Amino acid sequence: MRLINRRETLRAALAAGIGAVAAGNLSRAAASEMVDLPFGNGERPLVTYPGKRPLIVLTSRPPQLETPFSVFDEGIFTPNDAFFVRYHLADIPLKIDPHAFRVTIQGKVDAPLSLSLAELRNNFEPIELAAVNQCSGNSRGFFEPRVGGGQLANGAMGNARWKGVPLKALLTKAGVQAGAVQVSFQGLDRPVLPETPAFMKALELDHALDGEVMIAYSMNGQDLPWLNGFPVRLIVPGYYGTYWVKHLNTINVLNAPLDSFWMKTAYRIPNNLCACTEPGKAPSSTVPIGRFNVRSFLTNIADGATVAANKEVGLRGIAFDGGYGVSDVVVSVDDGETWTEAKLGENLGKYSFRQWTAKVALEPGKHRLMVRAANRIGQSQPLEPLWNPSGYMRNVVEVTNVIAA
Amino acid sequence: MRRFAITLLLSLIAVTSSALAEPMVYQLPPETAELKPGPGVETAIVCTACHSADYISTQPSGKGKAFWQAEVQKMIKAYKAPIGEDDAAVIANYLAATY
Repeated sequence: MRLINRRETLRAALAAGIGAVAAGNLSRAAASEMVDLPFGNGERPLVTYPGKRPLIVLTSRPPQLETPFSVFDEGIFTPNDAFFVRYHLADIPLKIDPHAFRVTIQGKVDAPLSLSLAELRNNFEPIELAAVNQCSGNSRGFFEPRVGGGQLANGAMGNARWKGVPLKALLTKAGVQAGAVQVSFQGLDRPVLPETPAFMKALELDHALDGEVMIAYSMNGQDLPWLNGFPVRLIVPGYYGTYWVKHLNTINVLNAPLDSFWMKTAYRIPNNLCACTEPGKAPSSTVPIGRFNVRSFLTNIADGATVAANKEVGLRGIAFDGGYGVSDVVVSVDDGETWTEAKLGENLGKYSFRQWTAKVALEPGKHRLMVRAANRIGQSQPLEPLWNPSGYMRNVVEVTNVIAA
Repeated sequence: MRRFAITLLLSLIAVTSSALAEPMVYQLPPETAELKPGPGVETAIVCTACHSADYISTQPSGKGKAFWQAEVQKMIKAYKAPIGEDDAAVIANYLAATY
């Protein structure tokens, strides 16, 4: 009811020339603490949403919240109350009845299913795995030349233990029919205007049946936070967050590729090995974004920090990739002249953050600390940033400037 | 005593299950971002029907007219914003001059 009222209000306001929305919605909250992300026009408020700690607000309607980078030094799993939030369209669910909620599996199946949360929890063998979720546009604010879109620093990523039902089990129970090629996913969120393309994503059938793509009802041992897709979301290990449909309630088996703006126009990358173009140039052909590339970060020393000179300094951070598994992390304190192998922490699975540690000693003066990871199939990180017009998939070797004194 | 305990238990179950049967609601914090003043802002306010003003204000500064024209056209063509060409020009000019 509330949702419908809200949608109606917006539509009425639009028809009336909007004044009502401006006057009604923009009541002033108490002045928030501000953070300044390290790129132009990077000032953002820190706001506490229900169920969340203070997070960096990129946008408020719909909410897009970035994790403060210091969180990534707290542990290898990102706490639920710090996990980033990304919606596309502003009619997000604000009222959910967990008892009435159903996930439906329909389309090219022998027996369509409509499953309650209790049935998802009780009637299927659960799987649990650690996996990073990362926004396609994580770090977009660092692109040069700058590109339009959500201007994020490095906090649109997080690592969690997801528990739920393998999509394969649901599709097998429903019985996928011959000729099926893709499976599409939609959640409870909707556009404000009915004409706006509703948010919908699709996976190739083989991918949907890989046994790891999951309908998750638990995140780090708890219910999913509301803004991270309560009560269930799709988990697509190793793939960008655009596929991790939140508040998932409609799964449709298709016998033709999904005809949706969100697959055919949005979230596409240059169709080449680097997913890159010459800065400022458009790609000649594109493909849907897919797996993460390799990334690594130093987490225990902030850019601009002062560290002790001529003493052992412990470095600590995280590395991850698109699911092949991180094999090596190296660090440099001399601008990339020489590299030292870092020690890898516990292997929590090929989709998880992997901790790394290293010890270095620095002579007095300025230093550029660099970290670079590689994965089991030999992919690594470029020393110079790659560029594409949508600002996706940044994975340049990160540099942290420090002063040893 | 035992009957009392059972009654208590049953009423606790009733309370618990009725609490669980309630739909859950989520309360978003108030929205604070506003469009910056400037010529054309009264036309550009239409943008905030579908998204908050911080979608605009957080874009890189000084991207210029071609960038903002393309953004407005994307809103019309891809997202079906009901904005006529005259208003689209006013809005793009406002955005280019103000952000």
